[in-house]
Amino acid sequence: MEYHLNIPADKEQIKKLKVGDIIYVTGKVFTARDEAHHMMLEKDKISFDPAEMALFHCGPLMKKENGKWQAVSAGPTTSSRMEIFEDKFIEKFGIGIIIGKGGMGERTEKALQKYTCVYTSYTGGAGALAADKIEEVLGVYWLEELGMPEAAWIFKVKEFGPLVVAIDSHGESIYRNIKK
Amino acid sequence: MDFEDIENGIVELIRKAETELPKDVVNSLKKAYEIEEGVAKTQIDAILTNIDLAKKSKRPMCQDTGIQTFFVTVGKDFPHIEKLNEIILNGVKKATKEIPLRPNTVDPLTNENHKDNTGLQIPYITWEFSEGSDVKITALPKGGGSENMSKLGMLKPGVGIEGVKDFVVEEMIKAAGNPCPPTVVGVGIGGGADLSLKLGKKSLLRPVGERHKDKTIAKIEEELIKRINASGIGPMGLGGKTTVLDVHVEKAHRHPASLPVGIAVQCWADRRANMIIHSDGSWEVK
Repeated sequence: MEYHLNIPADKEQIKKLKVGDIIYVTGKVFTARDEAHHMMLEKDKISFDPAEMALFHCGPLMKKENGKWQAVSAGPTTSSRMEIFEDKFIEKFGIGIIIGKGGMGERTEKALQKYTCVYTSYTGGAGALAADKIEEVLGVYWLEELGMPEAAWIFKVKEFGPLVVAIDSHGESIYRNIKK
Repeated sequence: MDFEDIENGIVELIRKAETELPKDVVNSLKKAYEIEEGVAKTQIDAILTNIDLAKKSKRPMCQDTGIQTFFVTVGKDFPHIEKLNEIILNGVKKATKEIPLRPNTVDPLTNENHKDNTGLQIPYITWEFSEGSDVKITALPKGGGSENMSKLGMLKPGVGIEGVKDFVVEEMIKAAGNPCPPTVVGVGIGGGADLSLKLGKKSLLRPVGERHKDKTIAKIEEELIKRINASGIGPMGLGGKTTVLDVHVEKAHRHPASLPVGIAVQCWADRRANMIIHSDGSWEVK
């Protein structure tokens, strides 16, 4: 099935999604890799609301032109690095949709089920294509401390996809099925 | 000699590598598109569209513009060998701003980003010497996702070549979707620990689809391609027929007690470009 969803998607919509479905999302996403995951888990308060957004495993290539940030190339990074943080991250921030590549492990699978969240895969390396779906850069956090790839970037995206639902909220994983 | 002009040549070399994939890679991705179906086909379709878009808009195809890696063969009669290292370094700094490239050099102790893609030992340059007066430079910007799937096996010589093949196949199955398949896998057999990995990486310079001249090695390559693709991991690990575009194998003599196997993995964005600098300072990027 193919779905076009607005972010944040409600839990009923997330529940409908099954492994192998294709989705396109419109709304806000924030990027977080290893460092931003670590930092956000340690902080008591952060100045944006992740629950309103999709989580994008991405370290974008950005440029500043006339005082405004622009995404040059912004595909997904390898999600498995975030496996050690992700269950706690989903619990703390109420994430509904994760965008990454390469798949995640058992801990994340369980959290996706428990908190009704999906893990979707965007084509790794397709950075130019992804950047063209970013309508606006709404902000950036911790750029100085973490550097361009590791900072948390907030993007407004339109029809971002195709995203393949690779791990759903019912305990199914495309990666586990292939391993068998 | 106009050194600044040669630095601009380095920028063009990096731009070419980051924005335009070599024909052999594109052709093999097109072949993969023909044989794939379903989700796997959507992935190759996105890859091919992205390649086209990056080339037309002169933008890096992947946000991970890699660690800048160069293989340099210096003609011993080139008049300014002493300047080459500095020219490459300055070229990388300029390319970071002009193309632009993602700042990718981080101090491993402080986590501080050096912001210009240079740093200790980086860019990583391999120097070789040859007859003549031309300098040949191959740029191979190397992404982190695929590099993380590199493997070194210090196998027991008793396992023989069958053990080597099993090791490579098992490691690529373990890597699954992480290195952005379909990948190009470079395998170095023999030498020592470091040499086997180096051979693996250097073998990535060979065009995709080109078999080793040594027929025994060519046969091993063919078997490895078949076995890894039979795993069904497929593009991005989402299932499919194409997990590797190619496997390249190189060998070196080994110590009687050791059987090192070095695996270097390259993502589908098998970025390579070549440059020649002539003895009068003129240059071409191909």
